[in-house]
Amino acid sequence: MRNWFNRKNIVALLGIVLLYAVVQGLIVFDIMPPFYKLTLILICIYIILSTSLNLINGITGQFSIGHAGFMAVGAYVSAMVTAIMHGPLLLGIFIGAVVAALGGLLVGLPTLRLKGDYLAIATLGFGEIVRIVFLNMEFVGGAAGFTLPSKITWTWAFLLMVFSVVIIKNFVGSTHGRACISIRENEIAAESMGVNTTKYKVMAFTIGAFFAGLAGAIYANYMYIIQPGTFSFLKSFDILVMVVLGGLGSITGGIVGAVVYTLISALLAGIPEWRLVITAVFLVVLMIFRPTGIMGTKEFTLGFLGKKGDKNATSKN
Amino acid sequence: MPLLKTENLSKSFGGLKAVSNLDIEINQGELIGLIGPNGAGKTTVFNLLTGVYEKTEGTMTFMDKNVSGLKPYQVTLRGMARTFQNIRLFSDLSVIDNVKVAYHQRTSYSTFSALFRLPSFYSGEAEMQRKAMELLKIFNLDDKAEETAKNLPYGEQRRLEIARALATDPQLLLLDEPAAGMNPQETHDLMNLIRWIREKFKLTILLIEHDMSLVMGVCERIYVLDYGMIIAQGAPDEIKSNPKVIEAYLGEEVV
Repeated sequence: MRNWFNRKNIVALLGIVLLYAVVQGLIVFDIMPPFYKLTLILICIYIILSTSLNLINGITGQFSIGHAGFMAVGAYVSAMVTAIMHGPLLLGIFIGAVVAALGGLLVGLPTLRLKGDYLAIATLGFGEIVRIVFLNMEFVGGAAGFTLPSKITWTWAFLLMVFSVVIIKNFVGSTHGRACISIRENEIAAESMGVNTTKYKVMAFTIGAFFAGLAGAIYANYMYIIQPGTFSFLKSFDILVMVVLGGLGSITGGIVGAVVYTLISALLAGIPEWRLVITAVFLVVLMIFRPTGIMGTKEFTLGFLGKKGDKNATSKN
Repeated sequence: MPLLKTENLSKSFGGLKAVSNLDIEINQGELIGLIGPNGAGKTTVFNLLTGVYEKTEGTMTFMDKNVSGLKPYQVTLRGMARTFQNIRLFSDLSVIDNVKVAYHQRTSYSTFSALFRLPSFYSGEAEMQRKAMELLKIFNLDDKAEETAKNLPYGEQRRLEIARALATDPQLLLLDEPAAGMNPQETHDLMNLIRWIREKFKLTILLIEHDMSLVMGVCERIYVLDYGMIIAQGAPDEIKSNPKVIEAYLGEEVV
């Protein structure tokens, strides 16, 4: 336990609590306009999505673009639990995430033998299959969508986001995370050093799918309505763009990418006809001047606080 | 009982027989050289032994157990480690993390413990850090532990690769051209290092090398490979004067 309370962790914790309290205060005293609140919760959802995709694409070096598929599984399954079976919210979210993880395991086992482009195509196909399946399921509304009550508050969204990021960061900072990074760096050498590469690819993929499902579940239980169209491959690309924008392989980069991209979308919501044009120009310019993304593979750390503390436990890329 | 024994080991790529009917025997504690002209199939032999390639025919026995058909990581678990001809470090990882990856298979804590940062995670990581630093110290790389691997000078990258292979705790170490690209002084130091790690870690070593001063200097027995077949074997002095070997390297006399 005492390992947890080094100076870095305490400062990080204080920052998180402060951020939460400020936003919660603004919401409670009705100072925050609803659109801002929506944006903030979307940011939480997208941080989970980009961090979990980063685990697969950036940390383990596999090229998956079917993340919206897992998100859809989490969204629909949790909606079934909370709205059709009237189960408790947290249970619904958890079951949604677990089913998405099982989906990740089933898809990952055969497809992770594929490399590069082939894996991308297989995961893209998976995402579309999931969407079509929900489109044809009448009891969850088909194309018209499925309406359910909005139960997610800022508190839940924020807590689940922090939980996701901490768990993924802990994974990456352990020997298991190092095994994943070694696969990205050099698969043959990793295998020769005793790393069971298939196991770790599938593990990263499954954990990534779990958190994508979690994000989908939060989305479903906040948005009042979910439609299969929301989880098309365009959503997968949005998430991928966030990861690349922030920096493939950097957890904090994925967070920055999610925040920046969601904010840009929100800011440009007033001029829908120019939104995609401006976003595209921004991305092109960024890729020209900073092809590795905003953070590259660097992490933003609180290392400057002096105490070595957690140093041995975090991977420094 | 030999530590490693292959019988009739063969590998074909389509119509090309890269290795044919390879019979080698390596005893515990030996330091064996595997030489041969370019394209003779030396690295293919390493890839067969470590499970990177699947054999076409034959048997491989390592420590009394059949190791054919195993995946590379399983071969490593059984106690066979290797380095690569073209260095394959985890170039964006720090020097110490390169070594820690090799300790991974003997990690004491579970994934669950890592995700929730249980005490066993901290003690496991501390133990790994200590062992990795000890190993780096032996290879004189401890002051560069936090350096990114790709920024090391060439000779140190070679040394790190050997250190990383040793971290898997092998019985048999396969070195694929460890002296490639080194100057005579560095080669000489490497020679001493190889002798020294053999004593220190009680290793058996099989090494591929083109640098004859190194091979003749450290190896007790040498296998010569040409066109995928063993054409000669024996002590360094015998090999030097063997007409078949001279022919393989220099070509037939025309006159």
